[in-house]
Amino acid sequence: MAAIRLEKVWKTYPNGHVAARGVDLAIADGEFMVLVGPSGCGKSTALRMIAGLETPSEGKVIIGDRDVTELPPQERDIAMVFQSYALYPHMTVRENLAFGLRMRGVAPAAIAQRVDGAARALGLDSVLDRKPGQLSGGQRQRVALGRAIVREPKVFLFDEPLSNLDAKLRLETRAELARLHRRLAATMVYVTHDQEEALTLGSRVAVMREGRVEQVGPPLEVYRRPATVFVATFVGSPAMNLLAADLLPGSQAGGRTPVAGATLGVRPHDIAVVPPGSGDLDALVDVVEPRGSELLIYLRLGPTGDGPEVRVITPPDLEVAPDRVVGLRFDRGRLHFFDPATGGRVG
Amino acid sequence: MRGRGRWATLVIAVLVVGAAFPFYRAVAGSLTPEAQLFEGAPLWPSPAVLDHYRALFTERAFWLPIRNSLVVAGATTLFCVTIGSLCAYALARLRFRGKALLLGVILAVSMFPQIAVVSPLFLLLRSVRLIDTYPGLILPYLTFAMPLAVWLLVGYFRQLPAELEEAAMVDGASRLRAFREVIVPLALPGLAATAILTFVYSWNEFLFALSFTLGPERQTVPVAIALFRGQYQVPWGQVLAAAIVATAPVAVLVLAFQRRIVQGLTAGAVKG
Repeated sequence: MAAIRLEKVWKTYPNGHVAARGVDLAIADGEFMVLVGPSGCGKSTALRMIAGLETPSEGKVIIGDRDVTELPPQERDIAMVFQSYALYPHMTVRENLAFGLRMRGVAPAAIAQRVDGAARALGLDSVLDRKPGQLSGGQRQRVALGRAIVREPKVFLFDEPLSNLDAKLRLETRAELARLHRRLAATMVYVTHDQEEALTLGSRVAVMREGRVEQVGPPLEVYRRPATVFVATFVGSPAMNLLAADLLPGSQAGGRTPVAGATLGVRPHDIAVVPPGSGDLDALVDVVEPRGSELLIYLRLGPTGDGPEVRVITPPDLEVAPDRVVGLRFDRGRLHFFDPATGGRVG
Repeated sequence: MRGRGRWATLVIAVLVVGAAFPFYRAVAGSLTPEAQLFEGAPLWPSPAVLDHYRALFTERAFWLPIRNSLVVAGATTLFCVTIGSLCAYALARLRFRGKALLLGVILAVSMFPQIAVVSPLFLLLRSVRLIDTYPGLILPYLTFAMPLAVWLLVGYFRQLPAELEEAAMVDGASRLRAFREVIVPLALPGLAATAILTFVYSWNEFLFALSFTLGPERQTVPVAIALFRGQYQVPWGQVLAAAIVATAPVAVLVLAFQRRIVQGLTAGAVKG
């Protein structure tokens, strides 16, 4: 088991693309750290630098108490699950699972024992002699996972391991990953572009954007107190509404002292639909999307619908139809303010 | 559609007959008694005789050039595939300065007309005492076979997903080991295609073999056949028989691995 530290890590690719701009990140021993962000934010590059598949242009990578910045991947004692699974197509499942142990010179008897153990734990016993081409997507995913587990490494790295699975399997595997982390208590670093995956899996979440870490914290903290406008809109679904703060009369009361022209952020869940005139603002209903357990309503502010768009989540039994005017009441305790110049949180 | 299909069949039939007929004539001629060859050789000889083949191996010791050709073409192929695959792997995967230029130079090397390099190569080989030796043929052959091999294999390696060897390295394999245990097995069709093409080129090569050998001890099959011609006559029956003997192994190889060659050559053209 080991902690991981990235210290002022920069990565510039030969084509001039800068994928990491001074990333500082400390991952505690046994932590499940999720790196999340839109594509191109540098999360995969950060992971690959931990793995040793990319060398930082500047800065240090430390695993345990060893500086591994210049070490090749095979000397780092890590295991990685790739997005494409990267199973060796010419080997059977058994050989795939055994490969890492064989490379490290583990005795054949011990290899057989550990492979059997991992296969049993993942329900792969019956397919041990098949090749990856003969497996379903879910089974391949399990083999990729098993190949990491048998190694009993210090650190597990995951590069969007669920993105090739269908929705149902993704949920199941997500739960299984959480279970796995609890059982192994190993340090895990997980890259995803899916903020929901990040919130559900992570002990902590690092939100990245354009090669920088915007915010690191436990999922709920990142959700409840986003440090920047970017984090506020990226985390949470549907995305947080952003409005000019002066649209909402009296929003600056309650001890908050936003800067002039601040941006107001409010989550769709934190707005209630009330009869017209009885809320903070009136709005015209545009589109109503029933989502089963709730309604997602798109509205335009103002009684004639000429204002900015607002998204609201309400209970599913609310009577509401397009082109009707309704009132909106904002949950005063859950408003966020951001400095329009820096994008940083105010208050 | 149907009419067009019939036309296509006809065109293909004409092409196949056109390509196969000379070969058929060679087979027929090699079985025709010498006397009949010049009296308007029949389409199929009767009686068919094996005299020419027998003469090849009794009078001419034709096994000697066959042995030479096997050694030279075999060694060239072996070096091309082993060294060439390492070289191609580096060019396909590693990031380093001047890679495009290097690939260009490799290609350029194979573009010199053979006749232009024959004399300088002869002088060079003579100065290192390699005239009339196996290395004296294998080394020059590598100059044209290696660029071909490298280019074919670079294309092949590029289409293998990089994540596979990354996975192998994370799993604890060195780059060389990842190459050996993961890349090479997956690249077998490409390696086979490269090996066959290299072998065929070296097997058929004539000009270098003629220029850099001095006697039957090191002459290869094409050279030996060309030298059948005597002062007063050409033993056409034996020439045809020798041509069949020389073509047969190549034809068998290509037919046996036809699918792999096509796979290897079209690799990377379309994503599988």
